[in-house]
Amino acid sequence: MLEEAVELTTDSRADDEALVRALRAGDEEAFIALVRRYDAMMVRVALGHVRTQAVAEEVVQETWCAVLAGIDRFEGRAALKTWIMRILVNRAKTRGQREARCVPFSSLGGIDDDDGPAVDPDRFLPADHPRYPNHWAAAPATWSQLPDERLLAAETQDRIRAAIASLPVRQQTVISLRDVEGWSPEEVCELLELSEGNQRVLLHRARSHVRAELERYLCDESEVAA
Amino acid sequence: MRDAEMSCKELVELVTDYLEGALPGDDRTRFEAHLTECPWCVEYVAQIERTVALVGTTWRDVEADPRTAELLELFRDWKRGPRAA
Repeated sequence: MLEEAVELTTDSRADDEALVRALRAGDEEAFIALVRRYDAMMVRVALGHVRTQAVAEEVVQETWCAVLAGIDRFEGRAALKTWIMRILVNRAKTRGQREARCVPFSSLGGIDDDDGPAVDPDRFLPADHPRYPNHWAAAPATWSQLPDERLLAAETQDRIRAAIASLPVRQQTVISLRDVEGWSPEEVCELLELSEGNQRVLLHRARSHVRAELERYLCDESEVAA
Repeated sequence: MRDAEMSCKELVELVTDYLEGALPGDDRTRFEAHLTECPWCVEYVAQIERTVALVGTTWRDVEADPRTAELLELFRDWKRGPRAA
């Protein structure tokens, strides 16, 4: 189920080729689609290397210039997204180093700097419970099988976006690359210079947080029937 | 020292490793054994999977980007400019 979801968001080579052809031909719609798709993500990734939003946006703007300047030479050996993101990361790093106080993505705080556990510890029975230590104290509300109409409603989507936006920048970047853009763990590790373990920790924190927010929203709004 | 049986509290922290196929064989067995007996954790794992799917359908394209107009200008300049073909 998970693999399918990821597959669907993965770019295909044919899409890349069509997009590159359109860009070369000066198709504005194609460029706008590309910007919509990647610009915000690029700013997030740049923020892993530079200190301010303004500088990150500048780096991304430079990257778009470089992408256009190089599009005629793009040969499709890497996926378009990978090519763009590599240009971005190289520029963001250079800029970060020039900023004197370089803050590489991989050393932005310890891996444990952010959230606590995936689920509020109060939801579990105590560790010394005679029969069910550390088991759920009460059944979690069931909403995993709610129909799409409900979970794809505009309000629910707003809530999910807000939950992602509230995450620390590294978690936000990893969940966006993995679960929105469908990048593989290897691609994310390479781009962000993370170990596989750290990539998973960040993804875990991010997904757990979004799930918890979704639960809070769905259960606040109305009783979710078991 | 871990118990042989996985607790719910432990499972919710291992769910990502499990879904990523990164759980060592031992833990994987304990994880799956727990799921056969605990419908609440089955629901939890399903929620995480649903969350992942929803995140995938949610974010893209909807994010309004105030920079689009600015970047479009950049594209037009590029179109007008000399091309090194």
